[in-house]
Amino acid sequence: MGMTITEKILAAHSGKDSVVPGDNIWVDVDVLMTHDVCGPGTFAIFKKQFGENAKVWDRDKVVIIPDHFIFTEDTHANRNIDILRQFVKEQDLPHYYDVGTDNYKGVCHLALAQEGFNRPGEILFGTDSHTSTSGAFGMFSTGIGNTDAAFILGTGKIWVKVPESMCFEFTGKFPDHVMAKDVILNVIGDIGVDGATYRSMEWRGDAVMSLSMEERMTLCNMAIEAGGKNGIIEADEVTTDYVRQRTDRPYKIYHSDEDAKYFFKKTYNASEMESIVAKPHSPDNKAKVSECEDVKLDRAYIGSCTGGKLTDFMAAAKLLKGKKVQIDTFIVPATREVEEDLHKEKIGGETLVDIFKNAGAYLGDPSCAACLGGPKDTFGRAKDNQVVISTTNRNFPGRMGSKQSHVYLASPYTAAASALTGHITNPAEFVNN
Amino acid sequence: MKKIIEGLAYVLGNDVDTDQIIPAEHLVYSLSDPEEKKNYGKFALTGVPGEQAGLPDGNVSFTEGDNFESKYSIIIGGKNFGCGSSREHAPACMEIAGVRAVIAQSYARIFYRNSVDGGFFIPFECITRLVEEIKTGDDLKIDLVANTLANKTQNKMYDLKSLGEVIDIIEAGNIFEYARKTGMIASS
Repeated sequence: MGMTITEKILAAHSGKDSVVPGDNIWVDVDVLMTHDVCGPGTFAIFKKQFGENAKVWDRDKVVIIPDHFIFTEDTHANRNIDILRQFVKEQDLPHYYDVGTDNYKGVCHLALAQEGFNRPGEILFGTDSHTSTSGAFGMFSTGIGNTDAAFILGTGKIWVKVPESMCFEFTGKFPDHVMAKDVILNVIGDIGVDGATYRSMEWRGDAVMSLSMEERMTLCNMAIEAGGKNGIIEADEVTTDYVRQRTDRPYKIYHSDEDAKYFFKKTYNASEMESIVAKPHSPDNKAKVSECEDVKLDRAYIGSCTGGKLTDFMAAAKLLKGKKVQIDTFIVPATREVEEDLHKEKIGGETLVDIFKNAGAYLGDPSCAACLGGPKDTFGRAKDNQVVISTTNRNFPGRMGSKQSHVYLASPYTAAASALTGHITNPAEFVNN
Repeated sequence: MKKIIEGLAYVLGNDVDTDQIIPAEHLVYSLSDPEEKKNYGKFALTGVPGEQAGLPDGNVSFTEGDNFESKYSIIIGGKNFGCGSSREHAPACMEIAGVRAVIAQSYARIFYRNSVDGGFFIPFECITRLVEEIKTGDDLKIDLVANTLANKTQNKMYDLKSLGEVIDIIEAGNIFEYARKTGMIASS
């Protein structure tokens, strides 16, 4: 019987010809990523279990990207960066992107892509639930905790239960004002926050394959918000063009078989997609933007691994150019590379940075920032009972800071259109004008 | 592995996410320093909205004041318990506060996996939803051999689902002990 792309990659990494959903297998890991929040705990467990002087299984396969609590006075948070530095020094690790240096990157999931660690056919684990993002490159990637990460550090292996696959196919063409964020919010709203628990979310169809790598990353990024183990999109020329610009390392492209078995299959007409928000306090609390236009906002936030990529800022800038925001609007590029691009990329002769500044938005440094609240001095952290529209991934109670705040998740187009009016606003007419 | 787990119930609802279990601003403390890690117990479950904290009444603090240990050691949850981030600080903070078992309708997979592989507590699945049956403060007894839950306060018995394929890891203590037992990694 045929296999899905996820099953093929897992089989190839466990020395088997085939696997079926439900199999518990040990897989060989190609990349392990950790960051400042989970690195220190991971290293402590690694030392406890394998010895104070133990060495990691493969220096070249460990990637450490501090990104969560970076621009803060919090002494514990800063101490955790020192713990990363110490471990990197002890282990002589080549892939570390230190805070306060030219080598600093920012949000790990985009940095992994930009630094060439996302390669088709590989297996990547990370101590962050949004590690599912890397699946956009036709690879298996998922989030794990400190214990599993420490196990990988020592052995290069981890056990995996082969997930059933769900297939989400989009045919035709997405409307111009609809972004990948609308698509994933729509799907999560359809299947619920546990609709893909233990399962793989595979994205297919000509509409999906017409998306850029950054937009594909947005689709896979939020698989976890439906409970998914991984999100995945087969690699094509768009993928290999991106990968080849970032790394010379070999990769292997896998495709799902025609007769692969899926737990669930749904085909959507891409042209029928609309702008979607997730209302407080759950990513599956779906509503059409057009149904929420009476919601008054206190601030807009554009950033994170989900909504802080260059594509996201290009979209926002297109709407903000030559206009003024009516509410506090925070712009947080995911990585340094995105930040540099904001200075380079232009719309109508004006750089994105100038467009945002002239619109009255605030620009922050690349990091996870207020996506997950963070220390009290975090840029853009939600206060009191503020109502926020955000391009981030979670609107759980208190997620962006204040437990009393209300967060609406939306696409960069919707966030920008709403920033211009001060209430939730359908971006369609702005985009199409 | 213990055969019996006894303790007081703390009841929560559906979709208790890891930001509710341990808000991100607290993810800065050491998980290995014996004194510093007590902060995790102190702030465990402090992100749960008041009305859902300790059902059915709500507004029941899990830990009191500066205490890092809770008087409640068995958590009852609804569906999708532990959804959200992969932060192992979530099961860890519950263990530090004294949680020995969670009984939920279903779990988010990373939280479930972290609970088992890290050996923090045993994540049971109930057969019938217990959120509306059990009250915060009820005196509970879990029999791991019979897979049953007794509510001593209400004098009721419930069957629990078998722990299934993860029982070997739970019995070994954590993923490392399991790997040593099975010869995957060398014995320490």
